[in-house]
Amino acid sequence: MTETPEKVAGVEVGQRRISIPGFTEEGENLAAETNSAADHSHGGLGKPKEVTAGAGSRANRHTGFDLAHFPEPTGREEEWRFTPLKKLAGVLSDTPTQGAGTDQEAVNYQVSGTVEGVEVSSLGHGDAPRGDVLQPADRAAVVGYRNAERALHLKVTQNTEVAEPIRVDITGRAAGARANGHIVIEAEPHSRAVVVLEHRGSADFNGNVEVKVGDGATVSLISLQRWEDDAVHVGQHDAEVGKDATYKHVAVTLGGSTVRLNTNFRYAAEGATAQMYGLYFADAGQHIEHRTFVDHNSPRNSSDVLYKGALQGATARSVWVGDVLIRKEAEGTDSYEKNQNLVLTDGARADSVPNLEIETGLIEGAGHASSTGRFDDNHLFYLMSRGIPEDIARQLVVRGFLNEIVQKIEVPSIRESLADDLERELRISGH
Amino acid sequence: MSTLEIKDLHVSIETDQGTKDILKGVSLTINSGEIHAIMGPNGSGKSTLASTIAGHPRYEVTKGEILLDGEDVLEMGPDERAQAGLFLAMQYPVEVPGVTMTNFLRTAKTAIDGEAPKLRTWTKEVKQAMETLRIDADFANRNVNEGFSGGEKKRVEILQLELFKPKFAVLDETDSGLDIDALRVVSEGVNRAHQENNMGTLLITHYTRILNYIKPSFVHVFVDGKVAEQGGPELADELEANGYDRFLASAAASV
Ligand SMILES: Nc1ncnc2c1ncn2[C@@H]1O[C@H](COP(=O)(O)OP(=O)(O)OP(=O)(O)O)[C@@H](O)[C@H]1O
Ligand SMILES: [Mg+2]
Repeated sequence: MTETPEKVAGVEVGQRRISIPGFTEEGENLAAETNSAADHSHGGLGKPKEVTAGAGSRANRHTGFDLAHFPEPTGREEEWRFTPLKKLAGVLSDTPTQGAGTDQEAVNYQVSGTVEGVEVSSLGHGDAPRGDVLQPADRAAVVGYRNAERALHLKVTQNTEVAEPIRVDITGRAAGARANGHIVIEAEPHSRAVVVLEHRGSADFNGNVEVKVGDGATVSLISLQRWEDDAVHVGQHDAEVGKDATYKHVAVTLGGSTVRLNTNFRYAAEGATAQMYGLYFADAGQHIEHRTFVDHNSPRNSSDVLYKGALQGATARSVWVGDVLIRKEAEGTDSYEKNQNLVLTDGARADSVPNLEIETGLIEGAGHASSTGRFDDNHLFYLMSRGIPEDIARQLVVRGFLNEIVQKIEVPSIRESLADDLERELRISGH
Repeated sequence: MSTLEIKDLHVSIETDQGTKDILKGVSLTINSGEIHAIMGPNGSGKSTLASTIAGHPRYEVTKGEILLDGEDVLEMGPDERAQAGLFLAMQYPVEVPGVTMTNFLRTAKTAIDGEAPKLRTWTKEVKQAMETLRIDADFANRNVNEGFSGGEKKRVEILQLELFKPKFAVLDETDSGLDIDALRVVSEGVNRAHQENNMGTLLITHYTRILNYIKPSFVHVFVDGKVAEQGGPELADELEANGYDRFLASAAASV
């Protein structure tokens, strides 16, 4: 990883690995000093800044539905450079869902917990509002879009408050079986709902999700990746957040051999709050990649991005790329993004890349931070010298670290099951 | 009444330059209720002795033994040693990411006692102990030692000593980095543990100032990985006046 910050309009962007107290890449520096580079804040009244708009700018990234615009990735592209493309062959091809329309379809969908005020239907190609919010930004998203025959449509009608979470269980039948999924969630103005997508089993799953959050609505989407070890999952989760609305997207990725989720937000008007949270645990052999993009395309909205991950096992790999674009018109924006990784064993690798582009100086604030810390022998010795056995010491550290995200999940049963999951994850590598 | 015996302890570490012998035959016996001070020049091996007693994996015991009431301490892992009643207040307490003090203290107490403390009384006890040691209440929500100042870390070590109630404590330069008030507050904490639990103490220090508060009955001069001389409290005053020259000269001569 490079240590040299790139600058855009005088603002540091690009790859950064910044330390916070007690956290360094190498884990050697445990001194109590606060690294002033830990948090970058930009804001207040400044001169509007000019962005060196180039191929690297998120503003210029192509989106669209035409496959011809998205050539096969080579791995040299900015958006693919961390991804093991070989493992994604099964989800990047322009291929229909295996067993589509039969009872042997590669992935089974089960919707439950819905109540009055929630309409469940399906949308074919061309049926509104399918495709209104989703803006495919890479080849994976386009082939997923094209090959998903029917999209699941969940509509929460105006003013409806859904007390219980709406659950969608997405269960893969077999490793290597291609599935294309598409879910359209529509929360009408002033509605409230929590939607849980739970991915289990195994498949080569390419699933797009689009969420339209109506004015004044409050929506949480919790996407749980609890795949078997041999599953592959790519997906783009887009949301358009309406006036004064509140939207939260939580990605929890524990299973799967390769998972790459792109979560993108933009705003329809002003006064909205949008949050993206993520929790991941990468074991040996797993590649877990989360890309987040907040497009501050209109004024006076806020965004908060926080992803935290633990890595364990020699070949465990995680990637977080967090883009925030504050466009010229997005005056009064307040945004913050942070990624923290905890490396538990040698050989695991976490890449963490916050990118912040600011096109106006008239913002409330914009900050980014990223750190990768190691749980090392000195941490372990300290805890053990206080009587705490090794396995409990590890659990304590990992749970404590990830708890910040777990607490963001408003469904108690998910919080509880995550505690069990983490305990199991820690046991896997035999520590 | 308990006894911690260190017999002819030899310790080495592996470095990039090869094996380095640090402790070269340390013998010491501490009984419950006794306070032993260890003084000695930088690099003489005091912290190595402390870490070896606590079971840091970095240090290899090549000869000798450590016994707690006749039990072989060297056979135990660091956690088992703490459970058996040993405590090390570290010279450089470690920052542990992700774990709050509250969570840490409760987990450690549970491990040491073999059962979870009663939540209500425990919370009160922790609060009380923090107040006495003048540790701000919001430290409870912070991660273990993370961002604490040097003096705050030392206070938190003594907080643990008071809460965990060990049979024997090794205090490695707990006085370094403490301001004048903190030195008194921390010393009072050690004296309380001493009186209430009849704790035996091995106090490593460079300065006689702390010995005005915590009164040792034995003073050991540590030079080049060995105890070079033992005496009563008056030995500390002599060291303060004359330094280590006469010991270093003889250590050099014996090479
Ligand atoms: N982990 C280590 N790696 C390399 N050398 C070490 C290590 N631990 C101890 N040593 C060396 O062993 C010797 C004794 O160190 P130790 O920390 O025990 O000294 P000390 O008496 O506590 O000194 P001080 O008064 O400065 O705290 C020193 O020369 C030190 O450099
Ligand atoms: Mg020392």
